[in-house]
Amino acid sequence: MNSRTVEIWVGVFVALGIAALFMLAMQASNLASISRGDGYILTAGFENVGGLKVRSPVTVSGVRVGRVEAINYDYNTFEAVVSLRINDDHDGFPEDTSASIYTSGLLGEQYVALEPGGSLENLTDGDRVQLTQSALVMEQIIGQFLYSVSADKDEE
Amino acid sequence: MLDSLQALGRATLHFFERLGRGHLFLAQTLTKLPGLLLRPGLVLVQLYSVGVLTLVITLVSGLFVGMVLGLQGYNTLVDFGAEESLGVLVALSLVRELGPVVAALLFAGRAGSALTAEIGLMKATEQLSGMEMMAVDPVQRVIAPRFLAAFLSMPLLAAIFSAIGIYGGYLVGVSVLGVDDGAFWGQMQGTVDLRDDIYNGVIKSIVFGFVAGWIALFEGYDATPTAEGVSRATTRTVVHTALAVLGLDFVLTAVMFGD
Repeated sequence: MNSRTVEIWVGVFVALGIAALFMLAMQASNLASISRGDGYILTAGFENVGGLKVRSPVTVSGVRVGRVEAINYDYNTFEAVVSLRINDDHDGFPEDTSASIYTSGLLGEQYVALEPGGSLENLTDGDRVQLTQSALVMEQIIGQFLYSVSADKDEE
Repeated sequence: MLDSLQALGRATLHFFERLGRGHLFLAQTLTKLPGLLLRPGLVLVQLYSVGVLTLVITLVSGLFVGMVLGLQGYNTLVDFGAEESLGVLVALSLVRELGPVVAALLFAGRAGSALTAEIGLMKATEQLSGMEMMAVDPVQRVIAPRFLAAFLSMPLLAAIFSAIGIYGGYLVGVSVLGVDDGAFWGQMQGTVDLRDDIYNGVIKSIVFGFVAGWIALFEGYDATPTAEGVSRATTRTVVHTALAVLGLDFVLTAVMFGD
């Protein structure tokens, strides 16, 4: 085989390989959503974060606007502090925005849902979301249910 | 009693001697790599025989592995009403594990064995000694370009395997079984992380390329220069590469994803 054919085939091979890497990076991963600026950070304190994990989605009305950056425990307030990284093109949440931890589907992963309030002032980088609602823990719900059932029986 | 002790001792010494020879061989090859900058044509020809000729089997296997993943994943996920996550399942299994590992196993079978047989035969027919007689360094002229070609080809082959596999899963999942097109790609993009998943997969394939090239070339270079010796070396290449890749894969996975 002459060297021209070899070179062409090697060129095809390398181009295919690079195209595959490019496809994996652009099409299959979250590169496209990261590259739109690094976003800004909001924090929120929760009594219980349940099964929330780093990289869990942050949504507003079901639209994904960011992800969970870090989850820490604050020994001053005795609650979990969740840092949310919000994409730059979703700035302008009112100051009285509330954050709740919900579960998508019955067995799905947990996510943070933001609900905008009515304030005229906006949250900016590093601000803390004041109104929060913790994750629902199955044991607590069952516990409350059993408690209310037994309370009903006592009344009878 | 003494005889069996002696056999054990000899086997141990033999093993470590071979291990040492393997590392010396690797060190020698690595020091010869910069010299290839003067002769890039040598690498190009090897990229053809190592990379391009492995391309077809990689493409076909990747497509079918992806299609099987799509089919099996769909059948399991549909029980939980979670068939929308099919894209995530296919992409993560391919990018993290199957892409690098299966591509490396195919590489060992297709390219590694060919490299060993070629070098072993060169040694058996005294071509390597002939080069030394002509003051041509066989490691520089024969081994280093092949090693570099294997090292460069493996990440590309693994990426091609993963990409075509994802399209295979897409073909079965979306076109045949009717998973939603947007959910397939959207959930995949939402979950697969560039650094955690894709970079780690590429790092795996680079390590596997290094190991597969090293084993194949060393087995050929160290083969007993007879017909039987070459055939045994070729077998050893495939077996040892497969074991090394699977073992290393566990170690790498534990380091990368094991927290």
